[in-house]
Amino acid sequence: MDTLGHLMTGFGVAFTPMNLLVAALGSLIGTIVGLLPGLGPINGVAILMPVAFAMKLPPETSLILLAAVYIGCEYGGRISSILLNVPGDAGAIMTALDGYPMARKGMGGVALSISAWSSFVGSVVATVGIVLFAPLLARWALSFGPAEYFALMCFAFACIAGLMGEAPIKAGIAAVIGLSMACVGLDSNSGVYRFTGGDVHLSDGIQFVVVVIGVFSISEILLMLESHHGAAGLITNTGRKMFNMQELRYTWWGTMRSSVVGFIVGVLPGAGATIASAMTYTMEKRLTDKEGSFGQGDIRGVAAPEAANNSAATGSFVPMLTLGVPGSGTTAVMVGALALYNITPGPALFTQQPTLVWGFIASLFLANVMLLLMNIPMAGVFTRMLSVPLWVLAPGILAVSAVGVYAVHATTFDLVLMVALGVMAYLLRKQGVPMAPLILGFVLGDLMEQNLRRALSITNGDAGILVESPISIGLWVCAVLMLVVPPLMRAYGRRSAQAPAA
Amino acid sequence: MTDRFLGAACVIAAACMAWTAYGYAAAFSYEPVGPRAFPMLLASLLATGGLWLIAKPAPDAGQYTSVPLKLVALCIGAIFLYAFGFEKVGFPIATALLMVPVGIAFGGSALKSLAVGAVMGLLLYFMFDRLLDVMLPAGWLAPILLGL
Repeated sequence: MDTLGHLMTGFGVAFTPMNLLVAALGSLIGTIVGLLPGLGPINGVAILMPVAFAMKLPPETSLILLAAVYIGCEYGGRISSILLNVPGDAGAIMTALDGYPMARKGMGGVALSISAWSSFVGSVVATVGIVLFAPLLARWALSFGPAEYFALMCFAFACIAGLMGEAPIKAGIAAVIGLSMACVGLDSNSGVYRFTGGDVHLSDGIQFVVVVIGVFSISEILLMLESHHGAAGLITNTGRKMFNMQELRYTWWGTMRSSVVGFIVGVLPGAGATIASAMTYTMEKRLTDKEGSFGQGDIRGVAAPEAANNSAATGSFVPMLTLGVPGSGTTAVMVGALALYNITPGPALFTQQPTLVWGFIASLFLANVMLLLMNIPMAGVFTRMLSVPLWVLAPGILAVSAVGVYAVHATTFDLVLMVALGVMAYLLRKQGVPMAPLILGFVLGDLMEQNLRRALSITNGDAGILVESPISIGLWVCAVLMLVVPPLMRAYGRRSAQAPAA
Repeated sequence: MTDRFLGAACVIAAACMAWTAYGYAAAFSYEPVGPRAFPMLLASLLATGGLWLIAKPAPDAGQYTSVPLKLVALCIGAIFLYAFGFEKVGFPIATALLMVPVGIAFGGSALKSLAVGAVMGLLLYFMFDRLLDVMLPAGWLAPILLGL
């Protein structure tokens, strides 16, 4: 009942006019960012984060804004998947498989409304999951010492390297680059300035905003130069707008199953919306597709991945809120946003900042209701956003990004550094180096070094403490498994795929 | 081939890191691990990763064939100039000027881009600076804008 009381307090926070307005605005912006091909949740959150800070919004309000944008993107991505056959964000790739054929059959409206509905169900299931499990996890995590934290962060990196990329080495390199960038500046333990090159601008370290905007906004624009997506293949005749009861019943269990699976996948660090939607699509296909109609416009193939990507996105808030260790690029950016307010997410957050945490959770419920109400009737309005030409959009994004960076310290140095980092990120991304581990490394760098040093201080330098407690041993074992098993499975899959051919 | 290049870049970066970090020592130390250890650990990891890439590069996926090199160079140049001029020239004018090369790179026409850029620069300036309380430099337009 404790939880219920907290949740009531949370709704009190969420229902203040300011927070309601911000949640609505965030949902709107999120949907638009999500449906624009090329821009995903991480870009939206990255661009808005410094703006929210510069507007001097209180921490819970800006967290609500960012979360609404994040969830909104997962709603928006499906619109361009269904109507254009171009996924608006990575989580919506699977939705295009059945959504676009549905739209071509003149069932676009049904596909849009059922996917909005299943997105809603997915988010709500996952938010209930947060309410139930996050406090438990936080209480358990309170017993973590520095050694356990260090092991936990290594586990997070192992997950992201093992699950995300085809090339775990490149993910590892990205993480190390991120961690190294976090070393720049004053070392608080010893007073030594590291890697500053004697420049005052760097004595405080590289600003988080500068890194995030450079990596996710500047480099994104440069990548967009290669793929001009027009609104050419846009299907405008969408037919019946609402799904009917029969379709609802037909998709209900698939939606529920996918929501639960999506939540579990989302909680794991590294695995996010993309993996969750791919997994549940395959799962539903195996479980229910007896006619072989998946891929030809089956409504179940639209509902399942949409439920999963939303519940995974929501589920990824769990490790961020309870452990302070974000499991995805987007939540890493949000941790950085909280750091601007001098708030360190972690198990203590639930006891020290209950209004922030529960206000945030309550806002997730509200933002989802708003998104559902916005997305079913307004799908047509949103699709019109697809016809904004890129030559207007791209410079606009650049200008808003520069505003965000300038707002933090008001120096030319930060702007130039932003562009330099953007060019570096562009080159790395062209070479297949993923950026999520880099940002995770940058966010966790300081925490990781501090915990390592603290742990070693306890034993006066004996590294044995890192593998002393059962929790840290368990985490190390999991980390190794995460690194070893996925490549082995891929190799095994490749061999069995080749075997029949040979 | 390009993976090898990335690997070599990593090794060089790691060497520079180690070279710089080698001198880091605390004047007074209360703990067994000083400011040097963590960067050194990272440098060794980076070097290992780089060597791995040099030894086992992935085959080139042909990801560079579709790069519009001139447009990318144009954009990078424009954004760099934007960053340098942002404060001095001021947000509205810098944004209008940025719009031209970037707009052209994304397939717009020069004149239209300039027109949209001028409107966008002023609009964003008033939205952020006046409405949302995010300070922006007025630059060359300061005599006019600050009077408003």
